[in-house]
Amino acid sequence: MDSLTIALVGNPNCGKTALFNQLTGARQKVANYAGVTVERKEGSFTAPSGRKVKVLDLPGTYSLDAMGADEIITRDVCLGKREEEMPDLIVCVADATNLRLHLRFVLEVKALGRPMVVALNMMDAAQQRGIKIDVDVLSRELGLTIIGTVATKVNGAADLVAYLDRNAADHIAPEIVPDDLHAEVRRLLDMAVVMPTRTSKIDDALDRFFLNPVFGLPLLIVLMFVIFQAVFAWAAPLQDGIEGAFGYLAGLAGERMPEGLLKSFIVDAVINGMGAVLVFLPQILILFFFILILEESGYLPRAAFMLDKIMAGAGLTGRSFIPLLSSHACAIPGIMATRSIPDVRERLTTIMIAPLMTCSARLPVYALLIPAFIAEQTVGGFLSLHGLILFALYIVGILSGLAVSWVMSLTRRKLEYPLMMELPSYRLPGLRNLALGLLERARIFIRRITGTIFAANTILWVLTTFPGKPEGAEGPAVDYSFAGIVGHAMQPLFAPVGFNWQICVALIPGLTAREVAVSSLATVYSVGAADEGEAASQLGALISSQWPIATGLSLMAWYVFAPQCLSTLAVIRRETNSWKTVGLTAGYLFVLAYIASFITYQLARQIWPI
Amino acid sequence: MTLSELPAFTAAIVVEVRDTAEGDAIGRRLRELGFVRGEPVKIVGRGFLGSDPLLIQIGFTRFALRRAEAARVVVERN
Repeated sequence: MDSLTIALVGNPNCGKTALFNQLTGARQKVANYAGVTVERKEGSFTAPSGRKVKVLDLPGTYSLDAMGADEIITRDVCLGKREEEMPDLIVCVADATNLRLHLRFVLEVKALGRPMVVALNMMDAAQQRGIKIDVDVLSRELGLTIIGTVATKVNGAADLVAYLDRNAADHIAPEIVPDDLHAEVRRLLDMAVVMPTRTSKIDDALDRFFLNPVFGLPLLIVLMFVIFQAVFAWAAPLQDGIEGAFGYLAGLAGERMPEGLLKSFIVDAVINGMGAVLVFLPQILILFFFILILEESGYLPRAAFMLDKIMAGAGLTGRSFIPLLSSHACAIPGIMATRSIPDVRERLTTIMIAPLMTCSARLPVYALLIPAFIAEQTVGGFLSLHGLILFALYIVGILSGLAVSWVMSLTRRKLEYPLMMELPSYRLPGLRNLALGLLERARIFIRRITGTIFAANTILWVLTTFPGKPEGAEGPAVDYSFAGIVGHAMQPLFAPVGFNWQICVALIPGLTAREVAVSSLATVYSVGAADEGEAASQLGALISSQWPIATGLSLMAWYVFAPQCLSTLAVIRRETNSWKTVGLTAGYLFVLAYIASFITYQLARQIWPI
Repeated sequence: MTLSELPAFTAAIVVEVRDTAEGDAIGRRLRELGFVRGEPVKIVGRGFLGSDPLLIQIGFTRFALRRAEAARVVVERN
């Protein structure tokens, strides 16, 4: 069978991913390289002649000097040193508007002495800016075939596809490369490229606007505020829809299936358990929609630039800003987004503090506790006290994350994290890339629900269901289960922070996802409500009459810190390949949660005596 | 002078990157990014707090460099 394997390599910001999307469309698989946390992207397409082309999208790097994991992977895959098959052809992608930087990498790849071709990308942008490239001269001097591409346009890779369909792979790059790569780049540029005398006026103007010393930062804050509003406001109807659909399914199964264990498993573990997590898909997609737009447009690196000094105070760099921002929707995509941080230690710190950012799963818990224990009043004429407290909980999360990072920075040798971040030209985001990016996130999220989360739900279902309630016993069945037994056993440990046994029991199933604690509390208190919203309102009245205020506040403090989310821990394990990191993260978060709850409870008890 | 001392929007040429220690990874990366003798550079923007980091234009590429990183680059005004 006629087939070809190609590998795309190139500098970051060369448009490699757009080219990959252009070539392979939605036929992509994302995984990790064995043993390292470098993302492995593979796709395929069929060329007009029927030739099947497999495409590997290798990580973007500035050199093959083996400084970081990405560079080692890229070099090793090109040389066939990893277990996967060696690519028949290396396609080195270079940005036509940034040849001074990208040609150097082309020369490095050429030095590998493997079959290769250069895809000169963003030819349209180069023309617009008045950069004149004599492709024939450049090709002759490099000794390589050069094909122009415009990865963001429909059919922009047609010439490359045609080339791959014809010969390819029979052209081995001459291994002879001069020692001084920069001098060689300059020679090539002098011969083949005429640069305009001015830099891109658009970039200059936009940078002067977005990075303005006076309103650049306020603009960023307003932008973030709008995004958060959209994440919560736009997602609400979709979330209601998902909840409704799962409620309908659960109701259907409840009616049609015979009573018994199987029904309990299907309704509680499968339908309700999955539904509780799937309901966050709209928020995650909306957040990523904005993040992808900001990323594609070139604004995100600017935000990182503006915030770098603040992050430096906590021992991080501006690069950590993006993952920490994502973590406010959900720590899982946030932790996955740390892949863009090249420094291993900075990445680890960011991963470890990501769970402290107030994710959307905490909202149902806060929405239950705040109105139940704090009377609503208007502050300063127009602000809601409930809203202010919610805002304060967000701030506490962010500040404690930065504080933890600062403490971690004290424990290591005084080495600076490099910033050295390229700020790419501003671009209009392509719809196709946006759609593919979102599709990829949705896939990853759903795969996790059907994997890790399903397994955790099943285990928790077993713990909360067995052993069953004895004949004629009083109270809810969960009280007699393993979870109930553990909850009761835990209670003395949690007495100093004011938790009763009902809370302790609810914390166990609440380990799967934070908002599950609300429905678990409802179960423990035998609140017979049809859905989570109704349960919360009935439950709110019930706990506000039964719990001391101090207990309510203490539980709020607990949720600011506690790692009540197995999926987060699972993704930390996957991203770091280390159980030690998982243990450290969970450990310090539980300790912080306990201390915070203890202080809150003891202080509150002085103010509102029980 | 070093790049970190260069006034904003003043055209200069890179002389060399000075490593702060043997095998300085940051120095090496700077050279890979194109901070080599003869390249035209200028500062085109600054962070809000303590003018850190710096927005550097080198050729047609823009980089955010911290002051400590920019201090490794020796430049010459032209």
